[in-house]
Amino acid sequence: MSPVRPPLAGAFSAFRGFVVKEVRHILRDWQTLLILIGMPVAQVLLFGYAVRSDVRGVKLAIVEPQPDAATQSLRARFEGATGTFTLVKVVRNVAELDTDFRSGDVRQAIVLPTDFAGRLGRDERVPVQVVTDGADPNTGGIMEADALAVLRQWHVAREAGTPGAQGVRIDVETRMRFNPTLESVNLFVPGLIAYVLTIVSALMTAITIVREKELGTMEMLLVSPLRPRQIVIGKVAPYVLLGFLDVVLVLGASQVIFHVPLRGNVPLLLAESTLYTLTALSMGIVISTAASTQRVAMMAALAGTMLPTMLISGFIFPIAALPWPLRVLSNVVPARWFIIIVRGIMLKGAGLADLWRETLILAGITTALIAVGIRRLAVRLTG
Amino acid sequence: MTPPAARPLAIDATALTRRFGSFTAVDAITFHVRPGEVFGFLGANGAGKTTAMRMLIGLLTPTEGEATVAGWSVATESEQIRRNIGYMSQKFSLYDDLTVGENVELYGGIYGLTDAEIRDRRSALLARLGLATHERSFVKSLPLGWKQQLAFSVALLHRPKIVFLDEPTGGVDPITRRKFWEMIYETAAGGTAVLVTTHYLDEAEYCDRLSIMVDGRIAAMGTPDDVKRAAGVASLDELFLRLTRPGAVEPAA
Repeated sequence: MSPVRPPLAGAFSAFRGFVVKEVRHILRDWQTLLILIGMPVAQVLLFGYAVRSDVRGVKLAIVEPQPDAATQSLRARFEGATGTFTLVKVVRNVAELDTDFRSGDVRQAIVLPTDFAGRLGRDERVPVQVVTDGADPNTGGIMEADALAVLRQWHVAREAGTPGAQGVRIDVETRMRFNPTLESVNLFVPGLIAYVLTIVSALMTAITIVREKELGTMEMLLVSPLRPRQIVIGKVAPYVLLGFLDVVLVLGASQVIFHVPLRGNVPLLLAESTLYTLTALSMGIVISTAASTQRVAMMAALAGTMLPTMLISGFIFPIAALPWPLRVLSNVVPARWFIIIVRGIMLKGAGLADLWRETLILAGITTALIAVGIRRLAVRLTG
Repeated sequence: MTPPAARPLAIDATALTRRFGSFTAVDAITFHVRPGEVFGFLGANGAGKTTAMRMLIGLLTPTEGEATVAGWSVATESEQIRRNIGYMSQKFSLYDDLTVGENVELYGGIYGLTDAEIRDRRSALLARLGLATHERSFVKSLPLGWKQQLAFSVALLHRPKIVFLDEPTGGVDPITRRKFWEMIYETAAGGTAVLVTTHYLDEAEYCDRLSIMVDGRIAAMGTPDDVKRAAGVASLDELFLRLTRPGAVEPAA
């Protein structure tokens, strides 16, 4: 026996009324709304100014056992790199720096050999040591790369054609190509979009659905002619819009304040962001089917979506630097793929032809999550 | 058994059973409710009243047995059932951050009423409840008694054939309870069947018929007078205590 379907117009107006209700909930909880709109801008400022991993004013020492013309000119080069380096000490022996390293008065030392100018003149391989305070591996790595860059520039300027440290050169060039000023804010903005969308979409969706369970209104809705599918879509639809608004805000703020480049196609970027919003929403839906209280939903969303988005997506720590179990795990973190997409579009001007693989993965994850979410919701609520 | 000729039963349950793992919450209950009847479900907490109700309204699937609501099978035709029933849950079921008018509008919309129908029924409903001046008030600002009367009226907005009330009068004062029961009678007089769970025994006396559930089974069923007469007790109170605490020594009358 085929069930009698309600007329389409009626079903649609029921759905529309339901969305209107959800919009009213959002607008009336103006404190939350203010956070959701203000947070992205605050995050851009925070990451742009405070959490940037560019290293400024590194306290540098130069160890020159035997000053000569070459050491003088190298020293001048580092002194010229004001902003990045502050030359605080010139000593004869690296051992003299032990206490300075410990106290943090010196963060990095360039150790030159004896007879520097002479050996360079004879075309020998000249050992130069760069000692870096590695207590904070992130900044340590950056300081090291910066120092190597200065060394290389000096070397190239001095003797064009003589290769310096090979392994390093390629690394530096890679970074130079897409991020010539080495501004970390450029790298953070794509991750930030993923992060903000995760909060707005996954966290808020999980909370808003579980809230109805807690209040008992979910039962009323499930007993009504609305289908579980309509309830879920109606509840999350306004958040798609809110997520979109946040993407525009993050992009706008990073353009206006930090002049982050946007080399690729803007409609493509917005389309990919909408896809990721759907991914995050579906994560929220899956969480909401498992959580019975808003508190549980919130903790699950924090641990299950926000932490992976921050830590194992390439947002803050490079994927390559993760231990292998986390590297494997990162494959199912949607933010990982989304960040590749956004970085590609914004910094490299990549198009869909370059990013179809990541887009497909994201679409696949989303489809799977939505299927699981709606299925579980229906089963969960009808026991 | 031949079904009643004139009108189909509002609810017809046969050996309806629900188990959760090895625990049997509702154990093969058989009962029926006629249109326009006020049927009470009595029982201690955990006796299975709410579980039974949730099966009838489609929030739980029965493990065994059958039931029809408004003539539709709970197992296979829950969609049709949903259009024909109203439900008011134990928990308060309106939205606090919406106004009185917006709540009415929302439910009207969900049940597919036209804008004109919603407008008409909303003003009639508000006038009846004396809430006409509160259309734009937020529900959270209303006293609990008003909220519950409003929730009940909203559950009736689409004129369901059967309305299910799950402990509707918890926490309200006696005067409001009295008013609430007047509303229930009015509804039943209009031909709507009312299935109400309660553990207030005075409320049980107001029902046309009632069933007392103990450990998932129906221990007694009939009109309040029939039930008392059959058990040879003077009050439902006494019967309820005897059924729910069989070992207890009865106080000397």
